[in-house]
Amino acid sequence: MSNAPSPPRTRAPGRATSPRATARGRAGLRNSRGDRITLALMLGVPAALVVGLVWLPATVTVLLSFTRWDGIGGLDTIEWIGAQNYVDAFTIYPPFEPALRNNLVWLVVLFAVPTVLGMFLAVLLDRRMRGGALYQSVFYMPVVLSLALVGFIWQLVYSRDQGLLNAFLAVVADAPPVDWFGDSDINLYAVLVAASWRHTGYIMLLYLAGLKAVDPSLREAAAIDGAGPVRTFTQVVFPALLPINLVVLVVTVIDALRAFDIVWIINRGRNGLELISALVTSNVIGEASRVGFGSALAVIMLLISLVFITVYVSTMLRKAYR
Amino acid sequence: MHHRPAGPPGLRRRTLLRGLAGAGTLLALPGLAGCGSGRGDPNLVTMASNRANPAQREAIAESVGLFEEDSGLTVEINTFQSTPFQQSVNNYLQGTPDDVIGWFAGYRMRFFAERDLITDVTDVWDQHFRDVFTDQVRSLCTADDGKQYMVPDSTAPWAVFHRRSLFEERGYEVPTTREEFVALCERMRADGIAPLASGIREGWPAMGTFDHLNLRLNGPEFHLELLNGDHSWDSPEVRSVFGAWAELLPHHQADSLGRGINEAQTALVRREAGMMLCGMFITHAFPEEDLDDLDCFAFPEFDPAIGASAVEAPIDGFMLSGNPRNPDGARALVGHMGTLEAQEIYTAIDPQALPTHLDADTSEFSPLDTKVDAMVDDAEALTQYMDRDTRPDFASVVMIPALQRFVSQPDDIADLTASIQRQKVSIFGR
Repeated sequence: MSNAPSPPRTRAPGRATSPRATARGRAGLRNSRGDRITLALMLGVPAALVVGLVWLPATVTVLLSFTRWDGIGGLDTIEWIGAQNYVDAFTIYPPFEPALRNNLVWLVVLFAVPTVLGMFLAVLLDRRMRGGALYQSVFYMPVVLSLALVGFIWQLVYSRDQGLLNAFLAVVADAPPVDWFGDSDINLYAVLVAASWRHTGYIMLLYLAGLKAVDPSLREAAAIDGAGPVRTFTQVVFPALLPINLVVLVVTVIDALRAFDIVWIINRGRNGLELISALVTSNVIGEASRVGFGSALAVIMLLISLVFITVYVSTMLRKAYR
Repeated sequence: MHHRPAGPPGLRRRTLLRGLAGAGTLLALPGLAGCGSGRGDPNLVTMASNRANPAQREAIAESVGLFEEDSGLTVEINTFQSTPFQQSVNNYLQGTPDDVIGWFAGYRMRFFAERDLITDVTDVWDQHFRDVFTDQVRSLCTADDGKQYMVPDSTAPWAVFHRRSLFEERGYEVPTTREEFVALCERMRADGIAPLASGIREGWPAMGTFDHLNLRLNGPEFHLELLNGDHSWDSPEVRSVFGAWAELLPHHQADSLGRGINEAQTALVRREAGMMLCGMFITHAFPEEDLDDLDCFAFPEFDPAIGASAVEAPIDGFMLSGNPRNPDGARALVGHMGTLEAQEIYTAIDPQALPTHLDADTSEFSPLDTKVDAMVDDAEALTQYMDRDTRPDFASVVMIPALQRFVSQPDDIADLTASIQRQKVSIFGR
């Protein structure tokens, strides 16, 4: 057992190491040998994993981005070429600029549509309507479907010659077939519908969890003060959802940056569906094995992510120490 | 890798980082390659097959079954879908690959031979195959060091396919020149048929059109040198290819960028399209009872000085991994896959495959097979298809986006060829 003098009541050993307790009782805290070994293991193993699986490969990626290498043969076959890959990406690689733009469009649309829609659905489902669990499962279903299945489903909908959507439009409006996947002016938005379809369920679940955690007395108080449902939500419940909003913000940004699966299964992220993640994959993972160039693209993606991650982590840490 | 965990936000942040770093992790692995190749069971040979259609699986199983009977060895066949296998082959060959691997002849095999990822099988050639393949086929299985690294078994050539019954009903004549070809396309359009089925959403099917136009306009020698990186892409020759393509574009099925190649093949099956430039693998798309109706002709002549005899005939075969666990068994197996008997068993079952063996019995061939076989025999040159005749990074990273861009904006050819050339210099380093 912990022999921390303050507070004097017995505590579970795990609790004694929470930041608050440590901060208060640091001077008097002496851990036994067993505690120290446990601590070392509990911190050391995850730390080693993070360093080994995250920091090390990330560093290697940064290093490789300054090389030309096809991934075959030993390290002596790596050729250092300085910042040439970055120069090439920005100057002579035609898909790069559309990819940056498409990622941005993706981000904006994810915020504008599925986030709002997910929140709306969550508010509805939070009202304990009949069959709520059923609706919840239905809306969440796309999130758990596999990549292959999602691609197949949207292929059935969007196919120019055999797709559901064109057949429907032809019957209803006698419209000529639209090339949903091939027309580079519209295919991004067609795919964004599919992406939003998945993202909405995810956001809905996050908000639903958040809403369940809102103290019901807040709502009662608002109702007693005469606020209608809209006002209650906008001025009482929504502000109380701040932590969830932050989570949703980060989740959406990250999803927009790593968006990949749907475009990959449709056309390998080409012809209007360029995304940075797809470019990285087609350069590095595929047969192409342009490891250096693909790494440079990955580093650019990492830098963009870092901006958002830094904001998120610093906000979280500030809150933790408050 | 792309499953969406419904975990807490912290986990997802880490997932992102790990995903980003994943590429790096993969790269760290080759250093470990080669550690795991312990000597195995002397009676077991493992084989990776990239032929995954039901007919191909059956054909491989039949042919290998014969080998097992004759040799007393057991063969473990691992079948991979062709495209995913192609995309992971670099890592696969550097890991612990199977002893015998199904792959492509030509540039793509030479690339691995140069990197010592596959084993010299010249002795197998000396023993069995000196005079049973054409010189062209042998050179396609030979690396720059003059040694053979692959045993060829079959080929699935490209041609312009059509339904015989449709041509007969409408009185269409097989075109042999550019003018006749364009005239036929115009006639089909007047008849309400899309002349050329086209589905290039996946990207690579667009290469066939470029290849054939370049072969007919500039000749096979220039074509192979161009793909080998010897010539500039920003040249009048290359621009003339895109120019000829631009003339044919209106005759292709509309909106081809959104259509998968399977859907384009379906259009030909359903008589919505009149012709399709495609490989023999189109036979998989035709219902069995309609296969008799499938006919083809060589891509027409565009320049009388060049002719129309070069054939795009991708040759498939088998190679030995760099360090096979059972080298003797593996040699015996590739030796078997090249024999007349094995090729006849295989090609009889797989409708797309024609044997490469010179003595193959053609009397059982379908009229289509006979025709294509004659085209290959009379060809002054065989090419393998763009993504097999050039560096894979150039083919997939540069050419596919470039060809797709051409199809969507055919007007700025000069700009396009300049862009290809800039990227070509960056990739080939010259």
